[in-house]
Amino acid sequence: MAIFSVFVVNKAGGLIYQLDSYAPRAEAEKTFSYPLDLLLKLHDERVLVAFGQRDGIRVGHAVLAINGVDVSGKYTADGKEVLEYLGNPANYPVSIRFGRPRLTSNEKLMLASMFHSLFAIGSQLSPEQGSSGIEMLETDTFKLHCFQTLTGIKFVVLADPRQAGIDSLLRKIYEIYSDFALKNPFYSLEMPIRCELFDQNLKLALEVAEKAGTFGPGS
Amino acid sequence: MSRQANRGTESKKMSSELFTLTYGALVTQLCRDYENDEDVNKQLDKMGYNIGVRLIEDFLARSNVGRCHDFRETADVIAKVAFKMYLGITPSITNWSPAGDEFSLILENNPLVDFVELPDNHSSLIYSNLLCGVLRGALEMVQMAVEAKFVQDTLKGDGVTEIRMRFIRRIEDNLPAGEE
Repeated sequence: MAIFSVFVVNKAGGLIYQLDSYAPRAEAEKTFSYPLDLLLKLHDERVLVAFGQRDGIRVGHAVLAINGVDVSGKYTADGKEVLEYLGNPANYPVSIRFGRPRLTSNEKLMLASMFHSLFAIGSQLSPEQGSSGIEMLETDTFKLHCFQTLTGIKFVVLADPRQAGIDSLLRKIYEIYSDFALKNPFYSLEMPIRCELFDQNLKLALEVAEKAGTFGPGS
Repeated sequence: MSRQANRGTESKKMSSELFTLTYGALVTQLCRDYENDEDVNKQLDKMGYNIGVRLIEDFLARSNVGRCHDFRETADVIAKVAFKMYLGITPSITNWSPAGDEFSLILENNPLVDFVELPDNHSSLIYSNLLCGVLRGALEMVQMAVEAKFVQDTLKGDGVTEIRMRFIRRIEDNLPAGEE
């Protein structure tokens, strides 16, 4: 999947829509017997690997699932504390899935408002009058593209650096927003978008963009 | 199988008669509910406002026009692009005030009032007031506070329909970043 996520930020900087469409690439599930040879620690409401990197399980990976059941934060699905559970030899052998911790929705909200402020700073830093805000942010693993409409809504797409055609994808997302979110009379402006049709059409547009644009360098 | 997204609107045509009937049903129902022409005018304006705040995004997404730098550009875009796109008519722009902050849109024919006649007991009803609300709502979302009102109306016996647009001020709070 070359397009990783889509964010829609309203005028005030609040996140109103978020879609992740990447398959997590680094996950490892292994069966362990007591005692666990990895050192786990609790950090930021998650159980992370602190030491003992091996077999695809790296330091910093979080516990994602125990015995196939997803873990939420530091508690298992049935409410037990993960560290306590794994400290009890009676629960072994146990199968644990590790992977890169996913962002919680609160974290995404915070990041979106931070981006909103950075976007404004981008235009203030400019030596030229009337500059736009941040349009693209590039790292070695992804490129972030941002499009702000004249009305102040921002569409942000995170994609593979080699993915082309993101500009037209951003315009297409704007059209999809103006159709399936705004023309739905039950959707209130500036509120989180919870429209099925918007989701479906957005995913379709992402597929089309991925198929059309992965050849050639640059964006 | 076609890879295009589900939009067939380019080929979707709707009968304008259905549109006229729908708008007519709306106005007559409002008249029955409110009984007082002034209240109906206000409601039409409010409804138009709610349409305008959503329509502007559709307009910007589809027409790709950039930000207008003065009221004259705005007038041009409204008359030549927006009215054409949504109502299929191109009003003319006249009567600029000396300060350049007021102008009139002259509509030769108004699709909303095809086949309509105003009865005597509704003489102060502004039948197409929805349009004023739409203009006000749409421009407010691009940081312009304007006032739109009908000064001539073919339904009331005038030769043409005239909407007077007045620029009040630029809305400075909550400006998107990069505009000043």
